[in-house]
Amino acid sequence: MELKNVIENVVIKLLKLAATRLPKDVEEALINKKKTEKTAMGKVLLESILKNIELAKNSNKPICQDTGTIYYYLRAGDNFKELGKLKEILISALVRATEEIPLRPNAVDLLKGNTGNNVGSEFPHILWEIVPGDQLELTVFLKGGGSENLSYLRMCNPNEGLDGIKRTAIDAVAEAGKACPPLFVGVAVAGGADIAMDLAKRALLRPVGSRHPQRELAQLEEELLDSLNELGVGVMGMGCGPTVLDVHLEYGCRHPASFPVAINICCWASRRSSAKIYSDGTVEYLTPYL
Amino acid sequence: MRRYKLVILNLKTPISIDDVRKLNVGDTIHITGTIVTARDEGHKRLLELHEKGEKVSIPLKGLAIYHCGPVVKKNEKWEVVAAGPTTSMRMESLEDQIIEKFGVRVIIGKGGMGKKTTEAMKKYGAVYGVFVGGAAVLAAKAIKEVKDVKWLDLGIPEAFWILEVTNFGPLIVAIDTRGNNIFENVKKMVAKRKEKLYEKLGL
Repeated sequence: MELKNVIENVVIKLLKLAATRLPKDVEEALINKKKTEKTAMGKVLLESILKNIELAKNSNKPICQDTGTIYYYLRAGDNFKELGKLKEILISALVRATEEIPLRPNAVDLLKGNTGNNVGSEFPHILWEIVPGDQLELTVFLKGGGSENLSYLRMCNPNEGLDGIKRTAIDAVAEAGKACPPLFVGVAVAGGADIAMDLAKRALLRPVGSRHPQRELAQLEEELLDSLNELGVGVMGMGCGPTVLDVHLEYGCRHPASFPVAINICCWASRRSSAKIYSDGTVEYLTPYL
Repeated sequence: MRRYKLVILNLKTPISIDDVRKLNVGDTIHITGTIVTARDEGHKRLLELHEKGEKVSIPLKGLAIYHCGPVVKKNEKWEVVAAGPTTSMRMESLEDQIIEKFGVRVIIGKGGMGKKTTEAMKKYGAVYGVFVGGAAVLAAKAIKEVKDVKWLDLGIPEAFWILEVTNFGPLIVAIDTRGNNIFENVKKMVAKRKEKLYEKLGL
């Protein structure tokens, strides 16, 4: 098979895996919360979530009808054979996947309305990083609109320091009952507002339970996880059960005058899937499933 | 936070006003019969038709409106593949008029609704049931048939899907006919806890 066909098939498979299955770490986190839930309502809600995951898995159907805004995160080798054609392939694969899986057509043009095939200006959203080598590492992320609506950005006063991060995260999650909790919370600080938001979204790609390599920030992640759950928003914002499944923090250096804190929130259906494709056509799927 | 007892009830459409008046916040219900989907554009169109004095394709009295934009497939007939709820609050500005003018008894969605809807539910007799957000295949499984679809000009998610359902649920009653609203209570509780948290962390 030609490499470009291999890539197209892998992209369709990743979109299908992401839409219909949850990564092992996400599913396990939900199962554990169900086991320890004490309230009757919390149990009913978590049980519906787990039943739905099982049904989606067994029938190959999308977990949620909102199959999201489509993000492609690429780490492409400078010697990867089809580098120049990648964008075209990623888009044609999405058109096919939209029909075959099916995905909901979610690309709405500002003036012309829904494009009908998930393709339009900046849709899918493709984020590139060029690295040495002849391989391509690709992550697809299907980001639901309901939780994206609870995104939050605050330009803190640099004097606030880490307290500014805590305050912003608490304020964001206190309002996030509509984002389909239990949630994953991506938190980031960086040079500009857009950089912080990009990093906050990338933070959502980290596996549940992973901690920032720097000890102080790992501690801050833990502290935020406990604090945000104390808010008591609960599953579906109904005041029972867990609010947050994990918090991940990323940072870039900031400007001396600025301290942008970005919060990007993902619903319980954190739908990501990754693979590595080599120029000789070998493929490795990287995301483990239960 | 108030603890709710596990009360499970089955309702058949058309649902009577007496049936919904018996429900309390925290109850779990399942619906069998006919439900229709309507989102932002669907709500607007329902009210436009009503204003012009034109008939909606089926009488909505005693039925449930589901805030949902489904994923569908058309083979010989339409098939609903995935159909979880969308955020109800977007419909807050119009829902009270829908309840008043069409006599729907259950509004199904996620994320809660506000004061206007709560008051209309008390006045005209309707409840708000939460279906777990994202549980789209679980919802689709309870949809036995697409009876009809109207307004496809609005696009698939916004169209008016008339669905035959069996044991559609679980739905947790979050607004009842006595003006109780779980989401309003949670909002107050979260505000208090936020203050405490600020204090605890020295913020």
